[in-house]
Amino acid sequence: MDDMRVAPLFRMEGVSKRYGGVRALEDARLDCSRGRIHAVLGENGAGKSTLIKIMAGVVQPDSGTMQLAGRPVVFRNPAAATAAGIVCIFQELSLLPDLTVADNIAIANPPRRYGLIDRRAQRRLAEAALARAGAEDIHPLAPVKDLPLSRRQMVEIAKALAQDPKILILDEATSALTAADVAKVFAVLKQLREDGLAIVYISHRMHEIAELADDCTVYRNGGFVATFAAGTKSDEAIVEMIIGREYKSVFPPKPAAKPLGPPALAITELSWAGQLKSISLAIRPGEVVGLGGLDGQGQRELLLALFGVLVGVTGKVEVGGKPVAVASPRAAKANAVGMALIPEDRKTEGLMLPMSVRDNLSFAALERFQQFGLIDRQREAAEIGEVIKLLQIRCDGTDGPVAALSGGNQQKIVIGKWLMTKPEIILLNDPTRGIDVGTKQELYQLLRRLADQGAAILFYSTDYDELIGCCDRVLVLYDGAIARVLEGGEITERNLVASALNLPAAHRHGVPLASVAQAPA
Amino acid sequence: MKDWNYRLAEQRGLILAIAVFTAMFAFYIAKHPAGLTANVATTAANKGVLLALVGMAQTIPVVTSGLDLSVGMVFVLANCVASKIMTGSPLATAFGALAVLAVGILCGAINGAVVVYGRLQPIIATLATGTIYYGLALALRPAPGGDINTDFADAVSGSLPGGIPASLVLLVGVVAVVWIPYRRSVLGRAAYAVGSSEQAAYMSGVPIATAKFLAYVLAGLFAAIAGLLLTCITYSGEASAAIGGSYTLNSIAAVVIGGTSLFGGSGGAIGSIFGAFVLRTIGDLLFVFDMDALWQPLFLGAVLLVAVSLGSFRLLRIKNRLELYR
Repeated sequence: MDDMRVAPLFRMEGVSKRYGGVRALEDARLDCSRGRIHAVLGENGAGKSTLIKIMAGVVQPDSGTMQLAGRPVVFRNPAAATAAGIVCIFQELSLLPDLTVADNIAIANPPRRYGLIDRRAQRRLAEAALARAGAEDIHPLAPVKDLPLSRRQMVEIAKALAQDPKILILDEATSALTAADVAKVFAVLKQLREDGLAIVYISHRMHEIAELADDCTVYRNGGFVATFAAGTKSDEAIVEMIIGREYKSVFPPKPAAKPLGPPALAITELSWAGQLKSISLAIRPGEVVGLGGLDGQGQRELLLALFGVLVGVTGKVEVGGKPVAVASPRAAKANAVGMALIPEDRKTEGLMLPMSVRDNLSFAALERFQQFGLIDRQREAAEIGEVIKLLQIRCDGTDGPVAALSGGNQQKIVIGKWLMTKPEIILLNDPTRGIDVGTKQELYQLLRRLADQGAAILFYSTDYDELIGCCDRVLVLYDGAIARVLEGGEITERNLVASALNLPAAHRHGVPLASVAQAPA
Repeated sequence: MKDWNYRLAEQRGLILAIAVFTAMFAFYIAKHPAGLTANVATTAANKGVLLALVGMAQTIPVVTSGLDLSVGMVFVLANCVASKIMTGSPLATAFGALAVLAVGILCGAINGAVVVYGRLQPIIATLATGTIYYGLALALRPAPGGDINTDFADAVSGSLPGGIPASLVLLVGVVAVVWIPYRRSVLGRAAYAVGSSEQAAYMSGVPIATAKFLAYVLAGLFAAIAGLLLTCITYSGEASAAIGGSYTLNSIAAVVIGGTSLFGGSGGAIGSIFGAFVLRTIGDLLFVFDMDALWQPLFLGAVLLVAVSLGSFRLLRIKNRLELYR
């Protein structure tokens, strides 16, 4: 299985990179061979991103060498790496929102005739690439900005395939995808492996790595830890290598007794624009309620409707027993309602990236620090310090820009910002997308702690493990309506998948997931 | 069928500008005492094409999500240069015309170099270079005057057999020879990519620097063509800050009316042409309604506000407020 006599297609040795005084990567190593999928594992901030940015020519290493097919290479920019056959699908989407899908797929090297772009040939190329990625449902002339996140991710994959790479790097490429799309992407990746590509795969989802990887390499704190053949180590052992400390159960225990008392949030017959259909639910203080189902069934819209972002919502919303009309996020965070929404896309809806950690953390709660129309900076600083400690945010002071922090720490800042408003109802929109195991674990514990302190939590996740591990109750949405409510022991992977597909759910310990997931096409 | 929907949606701004212009111009001709004679058409075309060319010049930097505040000054400088050197034999005039275009390209190249390699904000960089270009124009022609080969001037600013305005043919020629090939070239695509998301464009290996540089160079070229046409219409040159300034600002208005977003990444020069025509027809309409010319700025401003508001109507139908901020 592990044939070391064949020279690897790509080899990186002794590569180091520092940003100012911070060590991002030291003495990094990576070998990629044809026809193999190499998983790179590590927490956020472990150096994975820097590693692949160096491979893709986005950043230049301070020292070390790279070899492609035995010859030393230096990539001065992404175009050089692409020309050499190394194509990377980045976590931060690299699509041009105003251009069409076809324009985007062909952007690096559009087909030309007489020096001008041949739009017909480009259309054929785009259709072929979309088909290869299993995303024929996307129209090549659609502007990318009109597509939902999961479709954009598929365009990103099609774009990479259109460049005919020798080495394909996927950085959290499935984090925004629906389960059905993930299955398609996996099939594509396995085919590409058959075709002899070398694939580097970065994901925080252990079961994805178990399904795909041939080799695994672990990084921690910017340093290389180990490379081993997939299947030779247990999940627990791998997680220990990743986090560098003993592995405990990822999810905190759920309380045995159900919280009683009147609901903190009750909604009745909530509808909106044909995308939300008569949704009723009640959440008591201390409850963590999950939203499940396939991506795009109205989960995001439900959260946005509650938070006052959508126009024309009908139905009744009661907070603490009193009817409220929330017409804007500003009204939602007001004391009378006390809602917080952790948004899906931290970079656009959650953070002001160029602004400081301090400014970002206090934005939502700024009015609380007001005194005679001015901001009481001392009180602000004191509360910011508390939040940073509570969430264990790793940052170098509070004056630096948020953009400089790792993804996990950025997400903690989004959460911290909302905790500073002292919310009683917390809405979360897929908050663990693209963050590392360690941070996820901290987040799960935080959620339970907030619930124990009396918060009512509504939690949308595309990751079934999270719903199972965190939630007291899961509402599975299908086509804008609640298809099924799963409670306690009923929250199993099989039931979640079956309800998501609107199939009759089996009871508790059902058949293994694989047989269900493959049945409906 | 679906293809058509997407193509129509992409051209919505252009179609709207064409519709508004057609309606206004039809109204103008219907009200005009002389009707659509060769003379009326040529006068209207000359005024419209001048601004259309400067609007085209402005479009390309705007597409890259930049701005060129020097287009009006390049236009004035080209006018002054042309009034100095485009005299004498046909051959000398032709070389003079090429020299005027070269001046425009050089001005554009300086803008491009300052923006791309100097990494200055386009708005302030071109404000500064524009003032320099105006200074050069003033040095060249301290008082209005000069001369141009009248045969050449009449050929460009007159009308062809059949009453077709020659300047309109010039405009169509510029579109066919420069704009359309550019729009369909890799660097043209790159300009849109840069305007849409510069980061994503960089990550996709798009030639960002060349695309931005070329955008300003083409802006200089188009502005110089407009300056050449102005000389042919007026037979003279004038270093007027008022003309330069008003053309610069009107070019931005023409770009927006033509459906190009100031955020970059969408729209195109053909929209700006019709945007310019719309702006010019407003003045003409006031004329046929016998309104005092003093009212013109007020009406122009009001119509401009209405015209740019048309693009915002879709916002009323938005059901998800997040889309307001994208």
